[in-house]
Amino acid sequence: MWSAARALATRDLQLLWRRRGDALQPALFALLVLVLFALALGNDRVMLARVAPGALWVAVLLSGLLALDTLFRGDAEDGSLEQWLLAPVPLAWLVLVRVTTHWATTALPLLIAMPLLAELMALPREHWPVLFVALALGTPLLALLGAVVAALTVGMRRSGILVALLALPLYVPVLVFGAGSVTAAAQGFDPVGGLLLLAAGLVATLVLAPLAAAAAIRIALE
Amino acid sequence: MPPAANPAPALLSAQALRFTRNEMPVFGPVDFEVGTGEALLVQGDNGAGKTTLLKVLAGLLHADGGSIRFQGQPVLPALRARVIGYLGHLPGQKADLSALENLRFLCGLHGSRPGMSLEDAMATVGLAGYEDALARQMSAGQRKRLSLARLWLSPAPLWLMDEPYANLDLEGIELVNRMVQAHLREGGGAMVTTHGAYAAPPVRTRLLVLERPA
Repeated sequence: MWSAARALATRDLQLLWRRRGDALQPALFALLVLVLFALALGNDRVMLARVAPGALWVAVLLSGLLALDTLFRGDAEDGSLEQWLLAPVPLAWLVLVRVTTHWATTALPLLIAMPLLAELMALPREHWPVLFVALALGTPLLALLGAVVAALTVGMRRSGILVALLALPLYVPVLVFGAGSVTAAAQGFDPVGGLLLLAAGLVATLVLAPLAAAAAIRIALE
Repeated sequence: MPPAANPAPALLSAQALRFTRNEMPVFGPVDFEVGTGEALLVQGDNGAGKTTLLKVLAGLLHADGGSIRFQGQPVLPALRARVIGYLGHLPGQKADLSALENLRFLCGLHGSRPGMSLEDAMATVGLAGYEDALARQMSAGQRKRLSLARLWLSPAPLWLMDEPYANLDLEGIELVNRMVQAHLREGGGAMVTTHGAYAAPPVRTRLLVLERPA
């Protein structure tokens, strides 16, 4: 099981390294959105700080959506998914490994760049920990939910708009609690409730999403 | 010469196996079995359901009726993955990875026979010197050979080979036959689809002819 996971993770990282330009796209997209936001709102730092939690979350969420379609599509087209199905390890396990590497390469760079992005949006320093925890809980949750949607649409040739339409309703609660907890902290309320809900959601999707995605892939390949 | 009485159950046996797609029968019902040291040649016209049959056996599709047994036991996913090595139409190779990297991934995923290195397998299929070539730069025949190397490394006793001769030159066809021969000598079995009787491996062979259902 671990050797299959290691093989898959190694392959994904090698592929990513071969196409480093494409790999940077989601992170650059989020950066671009925030830079434009900061420029558009100009020197009104109070205003900027007030919209910062929402803008940061929307940028991270949309950049995740951007990379979603590539999650299983390439593997479906060249027959790699068929090999996953034939492997002696559960398909859900391979899906989980794939989503983990996907998260580590698309969302983790944003988490690491979070101080820079928060500074750009003039978010007061005392709210950074809440934002960081909310993003650390929320981005894997988004990636797992997204994997289910990507798996559902993997059988279609072109599905860009469908992925977005299916994913957005699932993403909304994450956005509400994620951005909401940061906003609550900024207004002096206790943000723990929102964060705990995100954590509970993450635990549930960690167990259920790979199973759902695996079932969807099986159906799509028939 | 009739085959000696074999106390061990056949590697694979299927009874009344059939598959329908959108209410249209694709093949079957068919009965067959593959014993150890035996090759089953599946012949049929285009659209007769050869590929579908192999996919059903590999577990990529669900049969609509009939039963499959591996080594006398009913199919369970874990057993199926251990018994079957499947060579399909899609190679499952990443265009941006080198031949060796592709092989390493597939062997990591499926497991490989102990005591056999990836380089040896590549030399066996005539790809020595191509270890670092990107899959995108390789010809269709070379990619097929890389898939054969993966099958060669697989510990599975039963090979399901879907059109293994496609895209291969004469020497490659010879290679497939040699591989099947060696595999059967070690007690494996093979199921080979082909649309012509040419190039059958020189081994104990059964024949299954699929016809398009009326």
